[in-house]
Amino acid sequence: MREQLEGSQAIARTVARCRPEVVPAYPITPQTHIVEALGKMAKAGELGRCQFVTVESEFAAMSAAIGASAAGARSYTATASQGLLYMAEALFNAAGLGLPVVMTVANRAIGAPINIWNDHSDAMSQRDCGWVQLYAADNQDAVDLHPLAFALAERISVPVMVCVDGFVLTHAFEPLELPSAADIEAVLPGYEPRQVLDPDEPVTIGAMVGPEAFTEVRFLADRQLRGADPAFAELARGYGERTGRLLAAVRPPVPAAHTVVVALGSVLGTLEEVASATDGAVGVLGLVMYRPFPADAVRAALRDADHVIVLERAFSPGASAPVTADVRAALAGTQARISTVVCGLGGRPVTRAALHDLLATADRGELGEVTFLDLNDDVVGRELYRQQQAPRTGPTAANLLRDVVPAGRGSVR
Amino acid sequence: MTGVKFYQVGSRAVGNRLLPLAERSVQADPERRNSLNSGHRACQGCGEALAARYVVDAAVRATAGRLVAVNATGCLEVFSTPFPESSWQLPWLHSLFANAASTASGVAAALHATGREDIRVLAQGGDGGTVDIGLACLSGMFERNDDVLYVCYDNQAYMNTGVQRSGATPPTARTATSEAVGAEPGNRFGTGKDMPRIAMAHDIPYVATATVAELHDLEAKVFTAMSMHGARYLHVFSPCPLGWGSLPADSVRLARLVQRSGLFPVFEARDGTVTAAMPIRARVPVEEYLRPQRRFAHLFGADGRPDLIARLQELADRNIARYGITEEQR
Repeated sequence: MREQLEGSQAIARTVARCRPEVVPAYPITPQTHIVEALGKMAKAGELGRCQFVTVESEFAAMSAAIGASAAGARSYTATASQGLLYMAEALFNAAGLGLPVVMTVANRAIGAPINIWNDHSDAMSQRDCGWVQLYAADNQDAVDLHPLAFALAERISVPVMVCVDGFVLTHAFEPLELPSAADIEAVLPGYEPRQVLDPDEPVTIGAMVGPEAFTEVRFLADRQLRGADPAFAELARGYGERTGRLLAAVRPPVPAAHTVVVALGSVLGTLEEVASATDGAVGVLGLVMYRPFPADAVRAALRDADHVIVLERAFSPGASAPVTADVRAALAGTQARISTVVCGLGGRPVTRAALHDLLATADRGELGEVTFLDLNDDVVGRELYRQQQAPRTGPTAANLLRDVVPAGRGSVR
Repeated sequence: MTGVKFYQVGSRAVGNRLLPLAERSVQADPERRNSLNSGHRACQGCGEALAARYVVDAAVRATAGRLVAVNATGCLEVFSTPFPESSWQLPWLHSLFANAASTASGVAAALHATGREDIRVLAQGGDGGTVDIGLACLSGMFERNDDVLYVCYDNQAYMNTGVQRSGATPPTARTATSEAVGAEPGNRFGTGKDMPRIAMAHDIPYVATATVAELHDLEAKVFTAMSMHGARYLHVFSPCPLGWGSLPADSVRLARLVQRSGLFPVFEARDGTVTAAMPIRARVPVEEYLRPQRRFAHLFGADGRPDLIARLQELADRNIARYGITEEQR
């Protein structure tokens, strides 16, 4: 039965049906609705013995999830942006300890300047922490990815992040079909940890490893993480057979002759619509799994592409952008030209018109190696000129806003 | 009391073997768990190793073996678990430096959620992991009154990284980041935090301090703590021969002297109120505690700083007045 639901509520209700046992929670926009809803359910006794722990920071949230998971409880939390960075150390630790924690990341920009709106800077900054990263294109994906995330995490003993675009998805109302408890139970039986803190069988977890074995530990961790690709495919198949909603590491490509746009997250909806209007000139490859990177699937899907355009919702200052680097590596040895388009930073909408213009530019052969979509060249040019005339230290935001915000409508000093 | 032969000369402590069986130390029992087994890599005379051995074995005894330990990064973690070896004979988890309290909260929540409340949780760390980098997590554990006993082994500096000052380093102490140079050599006055009183300010059920000189007292406090639920805090003064420049054989003596000088009050508090304090049985001036330690060497000798010693004595006097722990006051 489809219901009109806010993304966060739908995620919370789905997570509840995944029977979490410990949910440490710390508020941060735009994630907060998810843990609020879970907290209410826990307090009302709807989650059995589930412990909802209101911790004092995201670092503590992930730390409590680590402790809970090591003690044999199915553990879940959610965060975004600065919160994800604040728990960075614990993210690596959870992965290193092989603990199947599941976390929703309501993707949001990273400051300064502080910005609460959506892009992928947060999750991308943590791409190397050893977690599986799954990206939802819409709220139905967001819902369906959570049972699969728990099942995947527990099957391969690796933590899983479900990345959901902040506001664009978390606060959007859509008609959604929630998986039934039975659908979830089929893919996600009770958590049976392979190693647990238990006085009857005492184990030491988190010992120090020196140069004599650290490389081997890292090698094996990579193997373990790469196992997510086939495991996800199998789990998604079983889940899809019951629900009729089949997910995969990459979305079914919109086929094309020459140009293919690669993207992940909620921009895919707009992109697929714009691309489908090009009568096969432009295809789309949507990534659901970003870590481990499904290089084989990407390479296969881009086999016939001459021009690959990667839409990036984050970038690496001083270098390129994260997804481009992975796509380039996957296409090594092929002749495809690769363009990076940085777009939708800090919540700037990626509109149909902007994507349409972008594809037109590409069609004319005028798309450069790196493009910032919808960049206000006038503002940037004036600021670059000003800096050239009178260099000074400090944030550029104040200068820019003088140009962007008309006088009298607000000022930043 | 004259004419009685004591086993620990100069301590006035009655030897363990003179006690009735039931009152003897857990360590006197050949059947004890030996939670922190021999063969670990602690330095000779390590106060932390001695304290941890007593604390964990007592906690294991108090819980009939139903205990899980969570450890912060630090000396105790490093010297006990060089992969592939482990000295721990109980389930033990190390996550990070700052998060032992939160990790322990998570373990306690998991045990509750999975219906295993009979298993109790002990968290432990050094002073850096407790009063500095781990304070936010610890304060959170306290205010939520999570069912964890947190033990801080306080050796008054970051010993594992090479003796840098922490928020628990006393004034005038020389460390690698509070050198014995300048007008105010060693750690500055007016710095540092009193963690047991910070813990008490959370009104948690139980806060206690102890030293490795009074091991029966230490064990008794662990038993008291484990008889209770909610957030409990135990702060154990643990000399570090390496960091302090003291003789390994002097660790217990220094722990005894610090209490007798008044610099480290040994007390218990319940629900935020001090309920008992160990009296000073033979008070000593602070010099007697300071002099055997090279970290205070700049206070003594021809170029010494009697003015700074006097200020340390003032701190000791203030503690003695605050807790009412001289024989006269009692």
